[in-house]
Amino acid sequence: MTADAGDAQRLTEVLRANAESLIDKWVSAVAGLLRGRSTKTELERDFREFFTALLPLVGSDGRDVGGPRFTEIRSLLEEYSRSRVRAGFTPTETASSVFSLKREVFELTQDDPSLHREVLVFSGLLDSLGLLTFESYARVREEIIREQAEQLLELTTPVVKIWEGVLAVPLVGTLDSARTQVVMEKLLESLVETGSEHAIIDITGVSAVDTQVAQHLLKTVVAARLMGAECIVSGIRPQIAQTIVALGIEFGDIVTKASLADALRHALRREGVDVVRREVG
Amino acid sequence: MERVPILKIGGVLLVSIQIDLHDQSVLALQEDLAEKISATGAHGVVIDISAVEIVDSFIGRMFATIASISRLFDADTVVVGMRPAVAITLVELGLTLGGVRTALDLERGMKILGQLGRQRRGVLPHSGELERDF
Repeated sequence: MTADAGDAQRLTEVLRANAESLIDKWVSAVAGLLRGRSTKTELERDFREFFTALLPLVGSDGRDVGGPRFTEIRSLLEEYSRSRVRAGFTPTETASSVFSLKREVFELTQDDPSLHREVLVFSGLLDSLGLLTFESYARVREEIIREQAEQLLELTTPVVKIWEGVLAVPLVGTLDSARTQVVMEKLLESLVETGSEHAIIDITGVSAVDTQVAQHLLKTVVAARLMGAECIVSGIRPQIAQTIVALGIEFGDIVTKASLADALRHALRREGVDVVRREVG
Repeated sequence: MERVPILKIGGVLLVSIQIDLHDQSVLALQEDLAEKISATGAHGVVIDISAVEIVDSFIGRMFATIASISRLFDADTVVVGMRPAVAITLVELGLTLGGVRTALDLERGMKILGQLGRQRRGVLPHSGELERDF
């Protein structure tokens, strides 16, 4: 459906002539929709930019929305959509911001039947642009999720030095292959860096232990042993101990302790450090 | 073919691997080492692999083989300075080096051999020096 150039020209003229009132109504409609979460001044600034970028595109039915002519409006919409996501707006609200213009243009042109065909094309264009906001919305969401997953991976695996020659890794949450890999590498590297001969892997915060998790733990311990360091596993909770026994997981000659304190005492003793209680008072 | 030098420090032989190991050089090293231990009567062998970045199963088995050879001459073997990536690779390959002792660095490795040597000679260790067994 392509409109002839004359009609497109005429619609552009009409839109340009009524730009002010059109933008005004558009802003009011969207502001009502967003229930005051966005100020009219902000909306007006954004929409004025859209409108300016949109005018030269009148006459296109939006099928070539990926083309070079649309670069400007695409980046505008992307930016708009991006800021909306971060501010917590729903995709419907974001897309409706674009669709709302349709109603205003329909009202403006309803008395001129010669423009109807052209308005239909224009409406197709707005549909494509609305979908574009939805797409960038989804993309931004995925970016956020990916960022957070990476941050989670980094944040939840600290290796801390708790004594000269003793490192501790408090594991929290669910252990999967990717996370265990990170923990393993970080722990082994820290052992080399600090020259520590003992490491305590504390699993108090681990919600569940299955054969796979146990396998990962065992691998870490064996790798540390290959490098000349000893690992102690601590913080096995009663339910987890039952699961481990029920699953028939063998910890072999790996030292396991009930609590981090016990594990530390054990490590210190192996380091040749004696902890003595002093009479107080 | 490059050969790995074997250095003698007291009663200990130091093998510091600083080249990319190929199967041939591994075999040559095992031969050289057997001859050197028998010639010097060393009581310990330290293999320093802190410069080794890549291992395969053949090299992994080399450590166990060297340990077995040394044991025949009544010498102890300590592998020192294994990098994290190497340790992970060996674990993934399912190699645990059997009874080979390991240490974080050369200094600690020499200390372990010193303790073992003293035990061997029947000298009682100073208190706290030997790893206590609990």
